[in-house]
Amino acid sequence: MKDAKTRLRRTMMFVPGNSPKMINSADIYGADSLMFDIEDSIAITEKDTARLLVANALKTLKFHSETVVRINHPTQTPFGMDDLKVILPAKPNLIRLPKVEDISEVELVAAEIEKVEKENGWAEGTINIIGAIESVKGLYNVREICKHPRMAAIALGAEDFIANLKTQRTKYGIELYYARSQILMAARDAEIQCMDTVFSDVKDMEGFAAEVTRSKDMGFDGKSVIHPKQIVEVHRIYTPTDIQITKALKVLDAYKDSIENHKGVLAVDGKMIDGPIVVRAQRIVDQAKAAGVNVEEKREQA
Amino acid sequence: MQLNKDCILKNTATAGFEEKNDILITVEASNNDDITVDLTSSVLRQYGRHMKELITATVKEAGFTGIKVTAIDKGAWDYTIKARVLAALERGMK
Amino acid sequence: MINAAGRDIPEQIKGIKDIKLYKGEFAYTPSTVKAGKKIRVGIPHTDKILENIDASIEKIGLKDGQTISFHHHLRNGDYVMKMVVERIAAKGIKDITIASSSLSPCHDFLINYIENGTVTALESSGLRGELGKYLTKNPQALKKPVIIRSHGGRARAIEAGELHIDAAFMAVPACDHLGNATGRKGKSAFGSMGYAMIDSAYADNVVLITDNLMEDPVYPYSIPQTDVDYIVKVDEIGDPAGIASGAIRMTKSPTQLLLAKYAAEIMEQTGVLKEGFSMQMGSGGASLAVAKFIREKMEKQQITGSFGIGGITGIFADMLKDGLFKAAYDTQTFDTAAIESIKENPNHIEISASFYANPWNAGPIVNNLDTVILSATEVDLDFNVNAITDSNGICMGASGGHSDTAAGAALTLIVVPLVRGRLPMIRDHVQNVVTPGDSVDVIITDRGIAINPKRKDLVEKLQGSSLPICTIEELQKIAYEFVGKPEEVELSSDDKDIVAVIEYRDGSIIDVIRKPILD
Repeated sequence: MKDAKTRLRRTMMFVPGNSPKMINSADIYGADSLMFDIEDSIAITEKDTARLLVANALKTLKFHSETVVRINHPTQTPFGMDDLKVILPAKPNLIRLPKVEDISEVELVAAEIEKVEKENGWAEGTINIIGAIESVKGLYNVREICKHPRMAAIALGAEDFIANLKTQRTKYGIELYYARSQILMAARDAEIQCMDTVFSDVKDMEGFAAEVTRSKDMGFDGKSVIHPKQIVEVHRIYTPTDIQITKALKVLDAYKDSIENHKGVLAVDGKMIDGPIVVRAQRIVDQAKAAGVNVEEKREQA
Repeated sequence: MQLNKDCILKNTATAGFEEKNDILITVEASNNDDITVDLTSSVLRQYGRHMKELITATVKEAGFTGIKVTAIDKGAWDYTIKARVLAALERGMK
Repeated sequence: MINAAGRDIPEQIKGIKDIKLYKGEFAYTPSTVKAGKKIRVGIPHTDKILENIDASIEKIGLKDGQTISFHHHLRNGDYVMKMVVERIAAKGIKDITIASSSLSPCHDFLINYIENGTVTALESSGLRGELGKYLTKNPQALKKPVIIRSHGGRARAIEAGELHIDAAFMAVPACDHLGNATGRKGKSAFGSMGYAMIDSAYADNVVLITDNLMEDPVYPYSIPQTDVDYIVKVDEIGDPAGIASGAIRMTKSPTQLLLAKYAAEIMEQTGVLKEGFSMQMGSGGASLAVAKFIREKMEKQQITGSFGIGGITGIFADMLKDGLFKAAYDTQTFDTAAIESIKENPNHIEISASFYANPWNAGPIVNNLDTVILSATEVDLDFNVNAITDSNGICMGASGGHSDTAAGAALTLIVVPLVRGRLPMIRDHVQNVVTPGDSVDVIITDRGIAINPKRKDLVEKLQGSSLPICTIEELQKIAYEFVGKPEEVELSSDDKDIVAVIEYRDGSIIDVIRKPILD
């Protein structure tokens, strides 16, 4: 369970759940998480086939990435509970609960998960939940929602949210600023992860990069993506710079040295180092390693 | 996959699509107890035997007998074949 | 007899005189001299222009059993082969060998002339379309197997006298009244005449067929008047839509782009991508998309390459124009954008197939390649490449410059998806070999990259790379985990069922294509 709340999730790629072609190749682009969708991208008449397809894919194929299944809403649609019956035995890492508005919905899904975990003799916390806030009501309840023990992450689903606000997406994202901030605060308070919403114009890579940079600067752990080429861009933006890495290494080395040699006050380049700085340095080094940076090489250069 | 206990096909039903990596499965009740598979595929020579066996086994494991399966394959992998067969059977029971 | 690529070659093959087994990339040293064409005397103030193709056939005295040649610069838009073969058949001439630098689906009409005995042998870089299917299923329709040669191998065979051409019928988009011809002008312009240059220089008789007979002298010319016997004017030599597509676009397929990105990364991490490097990329798919990533890296690191070879596309022509490379050597111009470039850019240099890739001259340009990126229809655990038959053993591709560039380049990269549809692309043994594993250094798939274990230097250089490097066996295993091991397509072991003989570029036999037993 701890892993579910801390694992690297820079990118979560949407994969339409009724397309074998997309499912077959989903894993080759290096997304940290794959989100198989049997909700909005699937016509009402194909909900049954999509859930069976995703379940069988999860049971059969080996995925490098974390696996997530976006189910239909368990109470607002007639499909959600059936989705869980078919999907949970296939053991995805996460169930994505769309349009979550109330803790009772999380509890409902969590109860189903618990049942299946017990039936199969899986450890508690084998399957967890990522909720998506897609309405004002959901946003008002986000703090309570995030604190449910099964919740590993919370996401913003902007399209419905924007409709709910009676506005539209803008280049600078002012309309989502409050929601992003609130969700992020709730996630941090609950010590879970926070994922930003999709950017749907796949042609506008500049606009995409600007939005990813902003949400990273706000504190988001990652971005939902809809095309493989967006993955490369997010990972690039989430890769610490060489300067950040060498500085982080210095901090960690100094910290290690101070522990081993029982030194008191800790300073690097004349600046005092305290707990949060060490934690941040560790995070930078972890991110760099995940991005394939040869960290030891940077240490030599430092 | 847990299907309904009384595994009786009420209607002819289809699932899947004639698209790359997919397979269109049609199931219908036959007048004997056999499971027969009529398969069209561009990889018939390489995987035809295997695919027919997989389809037959999937129907059997789901608890059905007396089913005629027609499959038009466009390079589906095993999990897709299985999922489409199960979906077609599920639809046929309704 | 087992050759050095591990392939079983029959001791006797119908219509093939001395069977030389493939022994390795540079195993044979020729001791002969070059062949020459029949000397002829040009009579002052005679007209080379003939009324029609019939007249040219009569003038050269084409007889039963002779060999005629064509080039494939008109690609799938070629009208000329059909015009000529129709007239040959009308005259009742039989038993003709067609030696074309390649064949496209527009040449499916040949089936009729094979069936009526006009055409009894084919020599080509490849076999495609209905003709490919027909000959795969009916190998005995011809009096001997099709001889498949690489572009360099064909130039070599002509120059060495192994392929003797009695008459070359050369489609030209522009020529003057004396026979100076170019591919750069006219409604059927196709750019470089690299393949036609060899045929014109060595054929006993040369007939130009043009839809653009120019009053003014043509210069620069690719075929000189000194090689040309006759000229025939026709309405159209080809269908412009089939000759050259508009600008060939970069693929948008994420999988192809991923393969291309890996190829560019390999080039960078093995140190190939440095000032003055040279490369050849393909004309489509991942092997062309490499240009996108190479360009980014070259611009960022301020690297200027020396030259590119091709198969030149507009995408490469743009890199040349932008100063990323100093020269483009071009045997075959692929799209309208590249045709514009060869017309205008003095650094876009037309070369013959021999200059390009003939192993038996003092320096084909492929010998100076740092890297080539090539595709494949399938590969195997020994790094052998098949580029001719599909998974059911049907001929649908061509040898092209595959084995030539792979032998010449210091780093040969093959880009191929690990699974196509449901079929795994890494076989235990390819159905037939065009390029031997001896020439292949790295196989790049969408799920992993395998380095030829013979290239210990590359293995070492790429140690610790963040690229998904694994063994070829591991890659095959990954594919089998997804789709299972396919059953082999059964091939006829009867020597009468040999569809084609694949010559290695030095003229030795690297493999034969056998008829699949299809139900």
